[in-house]
Amino acid sequence: MSQVVAFPTPPPGGPPALSQGAQGQARGAESPFVRQVRNRLGDLALAISTGSAMALVLLILFVVIGDVIIHGSARFSLRFITSAPEQGMTAGGIFPALFGTVAMVVLMTLAVVPVGVATAIYLHEYAPAGSPVTRAVRIAVNNLAGVPSIVFGLFGLGFFIQFVGAGMDRIFMGGQKVFGQPALLWAALTMAILTMPVVIVATEEALRSVPRELREASLALGATKFQTVFRVVVPQGLPGILTGTILAISRGAGEVAPILFTGVAYFLPRLPATLHDQFMHLGNHVYVLSTQSPDVDATKPLLYATVLVLLILTFVLNLSAVVVRSRMRKRFAGAGH
Amino acid sequence: MPTTNGGPEVSTTSLSGLGRLRLARPPRWHGMAETLIKILALSAIAAVILIFVFVAKEALPLFYSAVIHKEVTLRQMWLAQQWPGYDAPDHIWQPVSEIPKYGVWPLVVGTIKVSFIAMLVGAPLGIGAALWVSQFARPRVREIVKPVVELLAGIPSVVLGFFALMVMATWMQDAFGLESRLNSLVAGVALSFAIIPVIFTISEEAFGAVPRSYVEASVALGAARWQTVVRVLLPAASPGIAAGVALGLGRAVGETMIVLMASGNAAILSGSLTESVRTLAATIAAELAEVVFGGAHYTVLFYLGTLLFISTFVVNSAGDWIIARMKRRLGMSS
Amino acid sequence: MPMSTTGDAKMKMEVRDLQVYYGSKRALAPVSIDLPEKNVTALIGPSGCGKSTFLRSLNRMNELIPSCRVMGDVRLDGDAIYGPGIDPVVVRRRIGMVFQRSNPFPKSIFENVAYGLRIGGIKDRGEIAGRVEKALRQSALWDEVKDRLADNALGLSGGQQQRLCIARALAVEPEVLLMDEPASALDPIATAHIEELIDELASTYTVVIVTHNMQQAARVSDWTAFFYMGDLVEFDRTNSIFTKPTQAKTEDYITGRFG
Repeated sequence: MSQVVAFPTPPPGGPPALSQGAQGQARGAESPFVRQVRNRLGDLALAISTGSAMALVLLILFVVIGDVIIHGSARFSLRFITSAPEQGMTAGGIFPALFGTVAMVVLMTLAVVPVGVATAIYLHEYAPAGSPVTRAVRIAVNNLAGVPSIVFGLFGLGFFIQFVGAGMDRIFMGGQKVFGQPALLWAALTMAILTMPVVIVATEEALRSVPRELREASLALGATKFQTVFRVVVPQGLPGILTGTILAISRGAGEVAPILFTGVAYFLPRLPATLHDQFMHLGNHVYVLSTQSPDVDATKPLLYATVLVLLILTFVLNLSAVVVRSRMRKRFAGAGH
Repeated sequence: MPTTNGGPEVSTTSLSGLGRLRLARPPRWHGMAETLIKILALSAIAAVILIFVFVAKEALPLFYSAVIHKEVTLRQMWLAQQWPGYDAPDHIWQPVSEIPKYGVWPLVVGTIKVSFIAMLVGAPLGIGAALWVSQFARPRVREIVKPVVELLAGIPSVVLGFFALMVMATWMQDAFGLESRLNSLVAGVALSFAIIPVIFTISEEAFGAVPRSYVEASVALGAARWQTVVRVLLPAASPGIAAGVALGLGRAVGETMIVLMASGNAAILSGSLTESVRTLAATIAAELAEVVFGGAHYTVLFYLGTLLFISTFVVNSAGDWIIARMKRRLGMSS
Repeated sequence: MPMSTTGDAKMKMEVRDLQVYYGSKRALAPVSIDLPEKNVTALIGPSGCGKSTFLRSLNRMNELIPSCRVMGDVRLDGDAIYGPGIDPVVVRRRIGMVFQRSNPFPKSIFENVAYGLRIGGIKDRGEIAGRVEKALRQSALWDEVKDRLADNALGLSGGQQQRLCIARALAVEPEVLLMDEPASALDPIATAHIEELIDELASTYTVVIVTHNMQQAARVSDWTAFFYMGDLVEFDRTNSIFTKPTQAKTEDYITGRFG
């Protein structure tokens, strides 16, 4: 049932050359040789340009990390991590900053994980499916992820410290300024709100990845929605939830802007002991030392080593997230359907 | 005829509830746990909405309060003002001085300059690298390169700012003979380091999502690889790439620490890319520590914060809209 | 008028004027039918005829779809299963279901079968173990898995997984077992196992099975209901339907004039 293709009549100079191939032009267009050269050059240009882009990106990564490692390893040691700074930040270690960072991150995680996971569970399992309210909530959460980190600092200062904290002081502390000032608690809560979208989105994705058939099987056996969610869906989505949590923690450990005014201090004589104490922080330490140090050369070794500690911390966290994610993929890749 | 099996757990309706095995109803704490989940979720949702509302609310006095207007008004912020001691009306940002000046344009222009440089450097690098991975990398190489680039994403912005301040600024000043060591070029380039991973990851996914049939059709027609890339792959992946670029831009506009450390923090209004600048985000970060709660400076800073999140909202929404349009034009379902 | 030509057998479930809508589209015209106890009833018909919709209405699984509306009356031993105060959880314990594609939980074989018991509040280890063994024996899987109950269920073959799902459903001792094309994803040998199983189960349970395979319906069932485009066209003893159908449509379908 094929149709006869009408071939163009050959030009008066004789039949067209057979070597035109798939790009056969009818008459008089560029010769196949020119075309081949153009294509080879084009392909080469493509390879070179994209390859150099890739190389540059890798170069950037290695230069930044390399610089930190090279200059930071001089001072980096177990003593460095476990002792306090001395002599105006030119000697000693950064244990208080490490402690403060960890303390804040732990508090932040305690706040964000239950709330974020609960919100995702609610949005995905309980909220009415196509309702405009649910959609509006998702839009709000997605936009929250794009809000500049300093805006959270504004919120932390204006709302947590000046409103909630001051109110608490009035009611519980008889006007004494305890909570109405920068504190570990407020910094942790501010960071919790900042990292909440990460946890919510990761958890929702994990919940979504659980196939409908498993939920149906559970419900058909006489389970309630609650039982189905907590015995079948959440356990299967746990790796995804864990990944989200770890990423949130990593983000929380590295962000500085939101905590600048909500709880962090450059130098404190004691470690934070209560929720309303201020705390030292690795990232803030780097910021202050780089920009406000009276003697840059003297503090440089300590500064670089601090950066190294911060980098190691965030990298270990990110790496564990990647490991959890790939282990999860392997676990379910080899399974059944 | 309704039958009941007796016992405390029996349902009160006509259906005998326990079946042959007399299984129990779910324990009561399940209901309480569900309520707890709903409460937590609703508080989180309330918090999300509260942020937008609260930040905007703290900026409102700028619009109506007479007390604030004695020090600054919106007109004064956006229009050039004639200040004593200056030859001509100018936009000046100098809130901490005998005569507080709140000209916003230097900050806005500073933000635009830095973001522009960041996108100029970051977008081609990110897209180019993603293209390389999609076209030239073997699967094993791809599996290594992608997590490596994600490492770049994991570097906290304060570290990038530190690197720009300590190393890049000096290098650039030596290489290009710049007057100010910290300027928008340094900050912009450092900022691009932060957005390259974002653009890379999303573009790489976009390239991967282009159906093989498109590429195969082009190759079957005898197109060279570069022709296939330029005429088929890039257009087909453009919605995804646009999404990545939009996300990167949003990140660039709002980024604080890198700019705070590397831009010189001088609120200068000029077209030159090699002068110090101040961005909106860095301004808030630098000045919030000293403000009087409820005062004019405080209110203006909240106003700037509102500007920031409105602009990121606009950029994200514009990005979504462009992507939807592109998808429609390419005939894909979104 | 309920379709029933069974004067002597006791009816396990009675359906009167059951209609199902998805949004504004009617998927099931008013259907009335009696399902005899401890018999196997097969539901046959071409794709989209409403047999699966009907099946899922029997254990209130349809209401998981948001746009679905069910009207009419369905009774189990004379008790209505739809109604404002009636908990679907309770219904589903007495009416179990096996799905077309086996869907074991990513847990161990033991935990899969024990799932229904645990959510039902049974805590005694000995009792659970005993019931798990009983269910696995009933679904002819015990001998094959008794030494590896702690293994992941997803490591079983397709046919074994489906028998596992049957065991899982049987563990809570339902009275009715609904099967939605249980063997359609299986090879002929596994299918034969399932069909043998259905035969044995019929002595204890009332079985309702949806199948697109007419020969299977003829082999396995005592009663057959033929659905077409949302309507119940004919319901009779399997022998009668396949040898002397009374409706022209039924005869056309059975003789393969359309499918």
